[in-house]
Amino acid sequence: MGSTWTTAAEIRTRVVGGESSATDICGQSLARIDAGDSEIRAFLEVTREHATLRARALDADRAAGGPLGLLAGVPLAVKDNICTRFARTTCASQALAEYRPPFDAAVIERAERAGAVIVGKTNLDEFAMGSSTEYGAFGLSRNPWNLECVPGGSSGGSAAAVAAGFVPVALGSDTGGSVRQPAAFCGVVGLKPTYGRVSRFGLVAYGSSLDQVGTMARTVGDAAALLEVIAGPDPRDSTCLTDPMVDLGSRLSDAALADAARKLRIGIPREFFGAGLDPEVEQAVRGAIAVYQRLGAALIDVSLPSMPHAVAVYYLIATAECSSNLARFDGVHYGHRTSRPPQPRANPTEHLYSASRAEGFGAEAKRRIILGTFALSAGYADKYYGKALQVRRLLNREMQDVLSRVDVLIGPTTPTAAFRIGEKSANPLQIYLADTYTIVANLCGVPAISIPCGFARCGLPIGMQLMAPHLGEPALVQAARLYERETDWHNCHPPAFQ
Amino acid sequence: MSLAIDGCVVEPIIGLEVHLQLATRTKMFCGCALEFAAPPNSRVCPVCLGLPGALPVVNSHAVELAVRTGLAMHCRIARVTRWDRKSYYYPDLPKNYQISQYDQPICGPGHFELPFGGHIRKIRIRRAHLEEDAGKNIHPGDGITAVDLNRAGAPLLEIVTEPDLRSADEAKEFAEQLRRLAAYLGVSEANMMKGQMRFEPNINLRIRKAEAVFVTPIVEVKNLNSFRSLHGAIEYEVQRQFDEWRETGRTTAVGNKSNRGWDDVGMRTLPQREKEEADQYRYFPDPDLPVVKLDPAWVEHLAEELPEMPIPRTERFTCEYKLPVRDAPALVDDRATADLLDHAAEAGADKATLGKHFLGCWSKLANERGVTVAGLGLPPTAFGELAELAHRGVVSATAAAQIAGEIVRCWEAERRTAKPEALAETMGLVQNRDEGQILEWVEQALAANSKAIADSRENPKKAAAICGFLAGQVMKLSAGRADPKRTRELIAQRLESV
Ligand SMILES: [Zn+2]
Repeated sequence: MGSTWTTAAEIRTRVVGGESSATDICGQSLARIDAGDSEIRAFLEVTREHATLRARALDADRAAGGPLGLLAGVPLAVKDNICTRFARTTCASQALAEYRPPFDAAVIERAERAGAVIVGKTNLDEFAMGSSTEYGAFGLSRNPWNLECVPGGSSGGSAAAVAAGFVPVALGSDTGGSVRQPAAFCGVVGLKPTYGRVSRFGLVAYGSSLDQVGTMARTVGDAAALLEVIAGPDPRDSTCLTDPMVDLGSRLSDAALADAARKLRIGIPREFFGAGLDPEVEQAVRGAIAVYQRLGAALIDVSLPSMPHAVAVYYLIATAECSSNLARFDGVHYGHRTSRPPQPRANPTEHLYSASRAEGFGAEAKRRIILGTFALSAGYADKYYGKALQVRRLLNREMQDVLSRVDVLIGPTTPTAAFRIGEKSANPLQIYLADTYTIVANLCGVPAISIPCGFARCGLPIGMQLMAPHLGEPALVQAARLYERETDWHNCHPPAFQ
Repeated sequence: MSLAIDGCVVEPIIGLEVHLQLATRTKMFCGCALEFAAPPNSRVCPVCLGLPGALPVVNSHAVELAVRTGLAMHCRIARVTRWDRKSYYYPDLPKNYQISQYDQPICGPGHFELPFGGHIRKIRIRRAHLEEDAGKNIHPGDGITAVDLNRAGAPLLEIVTEPDLRSADEAKEFAEQLRRLAAYLGVSEANMMKGQMRFEPNINLRIRKAEAVFVTPIVEVKNLNSFRSLHGAIEYEVQRQFDEWRETGRTTAVGNKSNRGWDDVGMRTLPQREKEEADQYRYFPDPDLPVVKLDPAWVEHLAEELPEMPIPRTERFTCEYKLPVRDAPALVDDRATADLLDHAAEAGADKATLGKHFLGCWSKLANERGVTVAGLGLPPTAFGELAELAHRGVVSATAAAQIAGEIVRCWEAERRTAKPEALAETMGLVQNRDEGQILEWVEQALAANSKAIADSRENPKKAAAICGFLAGQVMKLSAGRADPKRTRELIAQRLESV
């Protein structure tokens, strides 16, 4: 029997070896959700029936001697902006409150083909716009380490579900840090792949040039295994790369790690340690750097001079794209449609649009749609959107240059540990600024990972971030595992869920 | 072409936007079939429905057809072409943006040589770009608007001319020749009834009065779907703009371009409610689609494969095959038959005779069967050999037609290509050139018609007619086999010598 903290790798071994049945594993996961999720509210929907049927089918396959995938019997939580045929996909929005997609996302197909058992759809900030999972239409989620704190976001539900031990692995989406930031706040691993590594087919778009499905787990190995399963070419997504995914597991074996550290060159961008960084977080990350140094890695000071503009660039590009991506939610073809009749002399079609959208979207989504519409408007497009693209290209060149000299970059994932619920909801700009460290990877399309590296005095976890060049996932997870192997943070769990 | 109206010289300035639906099997960005008059919303999928999470994939056949059309119009073909989103809200546009091309269209500047009014007019093409069509709003009554999305996502090539057209007649001629070209290249069915070709003329006037020149505001007439409405709309606008100018004196200025619709019953244009300000389409590059790189070698290959265009080919056919100007275009437009004619001629047959046969006996046989000449299925040699036989005088024109009939019969009955020469023998149609024999028939004819000979002596004006009459008698006696030329010569000699 597995415990709450059994890893996906262990579960697979047991299921393959016949020590546990997928049905039992699935039942335990569902029972933990039943017991703990009334407090956390990580899930918007628990797909009990679907999960049970899948688990049974897997057990039947095993009994029949069929091949078992890399995630055989592993319970998986899925962020609710990833399309599933078997459950509603709401994006935590009234606009899609009852929306049931007619197709599965590419990542769902691949995860299920590898034997994953999807136990539910997790909460998020509406349409993945936010960093706290406070802005969903169906209520907020809480941080398993401290129920008064946010789990981060927008993949806060997935992060909390992993941290609370409901599931060993989860899928999130990362547009500006939405996988890594909640991973840091909840003390788990969050991996954002290279842009194009994973098919976006079936991921409801927020900022299409930045969005990427990412993986969350309690260990680097599990996050890497889930990525291995979902990554790879897909003709249905024209931005998906044609490079085949490499075997990440072999990079994490003790043999592969043996003298990896001494060959490792780690870049420390000075812009990651500037004003606004909480001293406790800085101390934890400096501690991690010391561990690498002790292991024999070379430390190199580097700089990304354009990084101070990253937040502005990000919020222009992401909102411009989202204003267009969200235009389709108008109540005409599907989703929420207003029931209010138009005013006597109003144009009925315009009323249908404006009332359906006014009722369908929450405040943060509206704020970003308006910002993006403005950024693309005639007379402003060059000044704002055009300029943002220029700076993005500049930042990319700087990143390429830096990453040609080192294997990975290191820095904090977030400037602070998790904040209290409601603490920042009055000040969206402050929340936007807190994304500084993570959005660079999205703007440059490079892979990045957040792993736990300590705790603040208040007991909340702290995460550090590594970034690697394009398609550098093997080096990235290897560097992350080197640190994880030396530390015990991944074995620390929220006291309330012990 | 200028008109004189009430002491003013009025020159219409007309540019044309033509939407051409490309003859692909599937839509522009998804695999749905293009099928006219299918049950509403039966040819749709998540992509063309604009469902969240669905992504567009470029139809490469549409790209090829666009390049071929561009090459035929001497356009500069882009090396790199990009997709942009054009935003506006309309119920038949499921994403509320249209995937189009803004500043990097697939086809750049080119021109079209239009024979008009006895000159070759060079109509400059500004650009041609690919885009997806919208669906159709249907108004079944009771204030209900229904939407059929079968057409949504159909591939369109939008061809934009410079304002080089100067009259309704010229614009109509250009549109007709463009349609002919599209059909010829096989890039579009260009079926007006199916809405596969639509026009939006931009019209204004340059008015000269005494020494002053006035330019009226530009009007774009939307969505014309017949040559008749195109012609009517331009004629109407010319008069209306002139009247308006005389009344208000309003001339063109930035921002006073307006859209008008066409009332097909009243044959007039009407002001149209503006959907969105033209400069508020908020164009930006579609982040779901990478740029398309067109290999110059491939473009070169397509250029080499281009057929001879209908206008020059018509001209050549009238010269080489001596086709009447009235009949040549129809033969040329039937490209398979025109190709067959060229192939038959390549083998060395007499071209004028071939031309006569194609318009004569072969057309008759094809018409009887409801096919084109090419549709008869015969090899080019059959046509060439028969033409040669007739040209050498081996058989008469009447006999050639009989042989053609027999060739078709053999082909249909026995799938055998009969040799014209052999048929002429077996059918007894070879012309007799034996002087002695012909002379004998001539003597017989003279003997039987002594009154006619007497007439010819009395009235030399009648001599030619009598000669023809006697030749007819010889033909009867010889069962059509006497060489007609020689017969006439012998008759003439005999009449003179009497
Ligand atoms: Zn479709």
